[in-house]
Amino acid sequence: MKKVLIPLVLFIGLVVFLAVGLKRDPREIPSPLIGKPAPHFTLFTLEGGDAKFSPSDMQGQVWMLNVWATWCVACREEHPVLVAFAEKNQVPIVGLSYKEIQPQDPAYKAPFDEKLQLARERSEVWLKRHGNPYVTSVMDMDGRVGINYGVYGVPETYVIDKAGVIRYKFVGAVSPALLAEKILPLIAELNKS
Amino acid sequence: MKRVWMNGALNGVYALSVSMAIWFAPQTALAQATAASSGLTAGREAPLMAEDPKLEARLVDISQELRCLVCQNESLASSHAELADDLRREVRELIRSGKSDQEIKDFLVARYGDFVLYRPEVKPLTWVLWFGPFLLLVIAAVGLGMYLRQRRALAAPAVLSDEARERAKQLLKG
Repeated sequence: MKKVLIPLVLFIGLVVFLAVGLKRDPREIPSPLIGKPAPHFTLFTLEGGDAKFSPSDMQGQVWMLNVWATWCVACREEHPVLVAFAEKNQVPIVGLSYKEIQPQDPAYKAPFDEKLQLARERSEVWLKRHGNPYVTSVMDMDGRVGINYGVYGVPETYVIDKAGVIRYKFVGAVSPALLAEKILPLIAELNKS
Repeated sequence: MKRVWMNGALNGVYALSVSMAIWFAPQTALAQATAASSGLTAGREAPLMAEDPKLEARLVDISQELRCLVCQNESLASSHAELADDLRREVRELIRSGKSDQEIKDFLVARYGDFVLYRPEVKPLTWVLWFGPFLLLVIAAVGLGMYLRQRRALAAPAVLSDEARERAKQLLKG
């Protein structure tokens, strides 16, 4: 009896171990930035002119940073969810327009001002068509701010607390279920403290 | 009758060659793709190499130890993902500003986590990763030792009684 039981238990253990491994998403990489202050940046906003935005402008508020681009296919899937969420006015969402002008774009080699202008125009058209959930959007033209935030795929979403500390990061399209089950309770909790 | 046999044999050969083709095809395709892509890198990076070969050599050295986050099983040195391009640009700049290899790796770990390192640091969090296999080996060795001991005990040498020995002698003589 024992002779059969021990290998069987070991085998089942191995199967469970491998099955759990199979189900895990290899794209889900834990961010080392959770619990750390949101990296500082100062970037031009989408709205135009010389207006700039910095995370310190949101000090004292719980807010969300959503990385997006008009060329990003998954963002299109995510966008209506964010628009509906923003209408409830529960938390300000700041957009980070990530590398709007891609290297393969003919305009990529244009001077910075021209590129920025083009990126703003494209983004504005896109937001007009799909709705604008952002209180403001900042233009990360060369993706440097993205690197500082550990962005490796668009869309990505961060929840940042009143003290400017990153509390949560999600890679991929945010779903209504994720908002309801994870993000909203977290925001409620962060708003209390 | 002979024809049927021939057909059968041919079918067998055919099936074998098809299965071999399937077996080898991905590897050859992969080898070709790798060859092609490395050729591409060389072409694109060439002007930069000429600019500062020392810097590029260090860039390759460092980025071979780093994982591309988009393709995951490719190093930062060989990846063509856009993010890899950006990160190489970042590493290049860090080299230019006189940062050490360790500082450059720390820069990336701070943003992307230990996952970017192909050889993660040895620290409590990665102990299982580094020492787990050896622990399993030790457990297996101990288990094997115990098992072998048990078997030896089971197969204890049969001691012949004097009587039996005598009988055996008789039998051999006869």
